[in-house]
Amino acid sequence: MLHIGHVSKAFARGGPVLADVDLTVESGESVAIVGASGCGKSTLLRIIAGLEAPSGGTVTVAGETIQAPHPAVGMIFQEPRLLPWLTVAENIAFGIAALPASERTARVHEALDLIGLVEHASKWPRELSGGQSQRVAIARALVARPSVILLDEPFSALDAITRADLQRHMRALSQRMGLTLVIVTHDLEEALILGDRVAIMQPNPGRIAKIVSVQDDGNTDAVRRELASSFIHLNGARNAAILEGAHIQYAHTS
Amino acid sequence: MSDAVGHSPALIAGQRAAPRVSLRGIVVPLLLPLALALIWEGAVTGGFAEGRLMPAPSTILATLGELARSGELEVHVLATTSRVAVGFLLGSIAGVLVGAITGHFALSRRVLDPTLQALRAIPSIAWVPLFILWLGIFEASKIALIAVGVFFPVYLGVMGAIASVDRKLVEVGRIFRLNSLQLVSRILLPAVLPATVVSLRGGLGLGWMFVVAAEFMGAAEGLGYLLIDGQQTGRPDLIIAAIVVFALLGKASDALLATVARPFLRWQDSYQTN
Repeated sequence: MLHIGHVSKAFARGGPVLADVDLTVESGESVAIVGASGCGKSTLLRIIAGLEAPSGGTVTVAGETIQAPHPAVGMIFQEPRLLPWLTVAENIAFGIAALPASERTARVHEALDLIGLVEHASKWPRELSGGQSQRVAIARALVARPSVILLDEPFSALDAITRADLQRHMRALSQRMGLTLVIVTHDLEEALILGDRVAIMQPNPGRIAKIVSVQDDGNTDAVRRELASSFIHLNGARNAAILEGAHIQYAHTS
Repeated sequence: MSDAVGHSPALIAGQRAAPRVSLRGIVVPLLLPLALALIWEGAVTGGFAEGRLMPAPSTILATLGELARSGELEVHVLATTSRVAVGFLLGSIAGVLVGAITGHFALSRRVLDPTLQALRAIPSIAWVPLFILWLGIFEASKIALIAVGVFFPVYLGVMGAIASVDRKLVEVGRIFRLNSLQLVSRILLPAVLPATVVSLRGGLGLGWMFVVAAEFMGAAEGLGYLLIDGQQTGRPDLIIAAIVVFALLGKASDALLATVARPFLRWQDSYQTN
């Protein structure tokens, strides 16, 4: 279980970014965090990852306080961030260098199979497409076997078809592996696909203003309307411009 | 880079063969110097140019042949090359180490870099009397001078490259909880390898320049000594022969360095990669 307890963050220059963010994500649950640009979503994710220290509050994973990057927490960034001097297989193995070679090889094989890139194992990152690179980044995070995976707008730079494919793939993988996911996105469609719940953040300073449950039992349109109208209500019409037309339509028709 | 996942056939399948050296790659670079030599030879033998101060290539070749037959050339080449090799080794090791430290640690950069930049501005020849006083007239002072010449471009290149490594790649290392040493060896050094190779090649070029100044400090052997000898005995053919050997050794050593580095840089996404 991931618990974000009253987390706040203020930078020396720029004032408060997050205020009293409180959220619990159950094991195996997937929570999408949406909000306008600059509302502190990525800062919150970096705090959960241990890359930033909170100014106040705590983050715990399975009862253990996160103060620095933790083996139970993996992260997938907006860009694949593959190390260009390592092959695909070496990139995937990057985080498990301490394991015995046989275990490492087995895990990399398994991960390559999982992401469908077995035949690309010895390629350089420069030889991959954007979607393939992001798959490798997913595999690199998964082979370390974390219980929590953080995704920071992981598919935003991809074309619509690849994005949809990877969203489905990620959802299936997390369900199969029982992963706890926290996804930061500004794409409500993505939030609906990947999240069991969607947390809407409000800016200045960033805080979670509303949480919407996503169910697969036929009320998706209602959820979409609620989500879109809440988003626009909390983040303003100007920020709503980042939403795709379909989402705004839901808001207007609600 | 190392095979991080062992030697599983599936993972190493499709690895590329080492690039082959083509005949065109050898011939094309030789075209310009050969053409210049032929024009020069023709100008001297045709009486269009004075060959006394600027001897024809055939005369230079004859001088080189004579030096080679007498065994003198080998002695001078060996002396100069070993000085450059040792000076380059010391200067480049120091340059990489100090560059890595100042590039990685902001405090050390603030403390060390201004002083090193001031020292860099000192003309190489200004060090000569001091090195002779400190280290004597023999090998140590010559090697020290070459090492100083090599140090600065390597230091500057490595420091600049490390300071500009993509923060996002460093964060990948942090997410996987690399310690400082692992961060340097697994992220920073590989990331700066291309820039380091360029710096080393620049440093090596300066090494060949500084060895001349070093051998002017009273050497009894070496190509720099041949230059002085040619000047004092009024033999421009000897001077030009030494210059030609310098050029050949400089080019050969640079090519060797580039060849050794090439397999480690195959990953680069540059426009010349393919």
